Amino acid sequence: MNAIVVSTLLGVIMMFCSWGIQSQKAQKNIALFGLFVLIMANLAQANGWYTFNYDTKGMLAFNLFGLYANTLMFTLSFIYVWINGEEISKLSNAAADFYSLIFFILCGVSILTSFDNLLMLFIGIEILSIPLYILTGADKKNMLSNEAALKYFLMGSFSTGILLLGITLIYGGSGSFHLATPAIHISTGMVEEQLLVSAGLILIFAAMNFKVSAAPFHFWTPDVYDGAPTVFTSFMATIAKAAGFIAFVKIFNTQYLALGYSWTILLTFVILSTLLVGNIIAVFQRSVKRMLAYSSIAQAGFMLFALYGKSEISNESILLYAVVYSIATIGIFGVLVKMKENSFEAFNGLGKAHPLLAFTTTICLFSLAGIPLTGGFFAKYYMLSNLLKAGAGLWLIIVAVIFAAISIYYYFKIIQAMYFTAGEPAIGPMPKYYQYQLLILAIVLLVLGVLPNLLLNYLYF
Amino acid sequence: MILVSLLFIPILAAILVLFIKNNKLANWTAILLSAFTLLLVLQTLAAPIADFDIAWLPNLNSRFVLHADGLAKILLLLTAISFPSILIATAKNEYKQKNVFLSLLLFTQAGLMGVFLAGDALLFYFFWELALIPVYFLCSIWGGEKRIAITFKFFIYTFLGSLFMLAGILFVNAHTVGHSFSIQSFVHANLTNAQQVTAFALFFIAFAIKMPIFPLHTWQPDAYEQSPTAVTMVMSAVMVKMGLYGILRWLMPLFPFAFMAHTHFVVALSVMGVLYASFIAIRQDDIKRLIAYSSIAHIGLMNAALFTHTQVATQGVLIQLFSHGINVLGLWIVADIIEQQTGTRSMQQMGGLAKKQPTLAILLVGFALANIALPLTNSFVGEFLMFNGLFLFNPWMAALAGVSIVLAAIYTLNMVQKVAYGDISEKINTMQGPNKGAQAVLIVLLILVFITGVYAQPLFDLTADTLKQLFVK
Repeated sequence: MNAIVVSTLLGVIMMFCSWGIQSQKAQKNIALFGLFVLIMANLAQANGWYTFNYDTKGMLAFNLFGLYANTLMFTLSFIYVWINGEEISKLSNAAADFYSLIFFILCGVSILTSFDNLLMLFIGIEILSIPLYILTGADKKNMLSNEAALKYFLMGSFSTGILLLGITLIYGGSGSFHLATPAIHISTGMVEEQLLVSAGLILIFAAMNFKVSAAPFHFWTPDVYDGAPTVFTSFMATIAKAAGFIAFVKIFNTQYLALGYSWTILLTFVILSTLLVGNIIAVFQRSVKRMLAYSSIAQAGFMLFALYGKSEISNESILLYAVVYSIATIGIFGVLVKMKENSFEAFNGLGKAHPLLAFTTTICLFSLAGIPLTGGFFAKYYMLSNLLKAGAGLWLIIVAVIFAAISIYYYFKIIQAMYFTAGEPAIGPMPKYYQYQLLILAIVLLVLGVLPNLLLNYLYF
Repeated sequence: MILVSLLFIPILAAILVLFIKNNKLANWTAILLSAFTLLLVLQTLAAPIADFDIAWLPNLNSRFVLHADGLAKILLLLTAISFPSILIATAKNEYKQKNVFLSLLLFTQAGLMGVFLAGDALLFYFFWELALIPVYFLCSIWGGEKRIAITFKFFIYTFLGSLFMLAGILFVNAHTVGHSFSIQSFVHANLTNAQQVTAFALFFIAFAIKMPIFPLHTWQPDAYEQSPTAVTMVMSAVMVKMGLYGILRWLMPLFPFAFMAHTHFVVALSVMGVLYASFIAIRQDDIKRLIAYSSIAHIGLMNAALFTHTQVATQGVLIQLFSHGINVLGLWIVADIIEQQTGTRSMQQMGGLAKKQPTLAILLVGFALANIALPLTNSFVGEFLMFNGLFLFNPWMAALAGVSIVLAAIYTLNMVQKVAYGDISEKINTMQGPNKGAQAVLIVLLILVFITGVYAQPLFDLTADTLKQLFVK
């Protein structure tokens, strides 16, 4: 509850900041301070120091997993703003507006980690999505950015409609919006009701797949990621997406039984097509930004494994994966944002020109590829082990592993450009402190690559 | 504690060297620290060593366990001898950013040490990859003309293999009591015969790519040719042993049923690969490619011997793991000296080395004889036992594999003839001879070849415990 209230308040405060405070730097610092307050407020609830008491009539339920997910998402946002603040202020004179939108998104995030009712799911998704549409179009004078925003808005609204239809069908079949209803109702209800509920769940499944850009609902992703200003692509691909996944896992960890055998078929189909589309198309990209968009689809394929049946570690695995993937992606976008162009050639000779920056990029790419000693390895490891414990066939793991090997191909193209191809990197001015900021991300990834427990132990306190 | 230091001294050395900008100083630091590692390894040889065991990932039931039995020790010894030798022999070679080069080499050493020491499947996988990644950078930055594409092929090949192994590890782990990763619990995993075959296949692909075995070998000659020679030495002397080690450490004890079910298939495949590689070696003009194919042949033979599942052949392999490393290291060092000083690898342009550089020629002949496993040299001991086992397994296979001895003699002696004898060629005439360090290393290695050839008992003693574990139940 704390997080929802505080993030809304902060959003409003930030909105007025653009009016009173002119200095971009001050705006960034206020945003950082606000995020810090938000983290503290959330911790206050998680540790039982203080909680806003408000009876939500069972609409929201706060558990350790949701609160911890909040902490992680807020911390990631803090890192994101800390690193990208400068770039955000370059986009507009009133950067505080963007920060305000980010706070509203975080409000959506905190609803998505704690909803216990399908209506709250709908509200959370909307609060998360609408500011994202605006951020996509933040670069007002750029036609591509406008086009991306419009496309995202139209497609997003359509999928929200589907989500709403699904919720309605479930309500029609069971007479309740409560999250646990469909699963209970399936075993007791009549055939017509069961059909309604199943159809509703499948529609929700489709809409959620759209939100996390899983194939075959992924078509908006490359264009939107490519068109949006790079800083906001970074936000969209990481924190917003991770929150979508947490909501996804929250719904279907309790509901998959309701769909019975068809659930496995549906999910397997979506996972396989996501892995296929993401990995294969990423191989052929010429622009790093588009490659990262497809790679984010491919990574979504891996994250979907967390939905595979109910297993005690699926919560762990989605959190670890989301965090590690977000850190690595923020790192790479942090470099990309300073590039003058998005082609692979722009990275030529970066290893020589900026060894520290190249090292960070390498670690982030290793992590995305899932190479041991980086957090990405354990993220993938947890997913696969989750899959096996949920009783999936070994063949699915082997397919996943083959796609992981394919992903090496396009991630390593950047490494090859940086270290093995001579040339002058097309990079803007690169201050030292910015390099150190990014280096911290690499160090975190390396630490998580040896001791992933540091992140996961909190789930058990 | 000593086992941990074997792992961490190379890592510390690698980090230290990275910050030394002076090439000479960096080189000396690397040599001294790797020599120190060698001393530590020698200390472990005498008595059994207690496992090093601390908690690592409690949620996953994975522990940081280092375990050194005879099998591990003999490969640790090989690794520890190889690295100072390579560093001394190639000390004079010019590389841009030499400190980074040395640092990556030492990281590779740490990875290799870890692979041979790991007593936990997840840890094993970790080091397996850690040994590969520095090599990827070493070959791609300092290699020959076509280095990027070829190293990438090598990387993807081996990475895919190890991912299969990861799937295998997960699979076995899911069937152990309490989902543990330790070797003991893997050995006692509840696998049906069909499941054993699946897991066996997943592990075997990784090892087969690493060795490499016949249809999966295509990355190797190119990678050896394009890599800087110091790295080629590491790859062919030590890294290929990872595959054989994996079979001895994991495949044989873990999947006895699947192992026995596939003996004929794998032996046939390996023998075919031995002959195939030998025939190609005969046709090579490039000295590096010749040694690469010869190495494929030798490793294939060792793999065939392992899969006979006879005690005598396995003993042979345990000895040969060490001997082959020493021999091939000597051959590479000679080849490197010739390449560095003449600027060519083509044997057509060589000739007359014996007249121009008699010492080097003698050393070359010494290692060449060891390469054909002549009696008195170290390979004879191992290969004799291996053929013995092959004969017990299937006389026809032994006969077919025996042809490879003749073929080895043909290509090796052909090489000696082309390089050492004949008129002094233009290229050879410009040679100044090996520097003192390289020469000393070669002499030490050659002495080792003959000592272990005449008196191999210490090696038998060292590996006795592993053999007992594998064959006496």
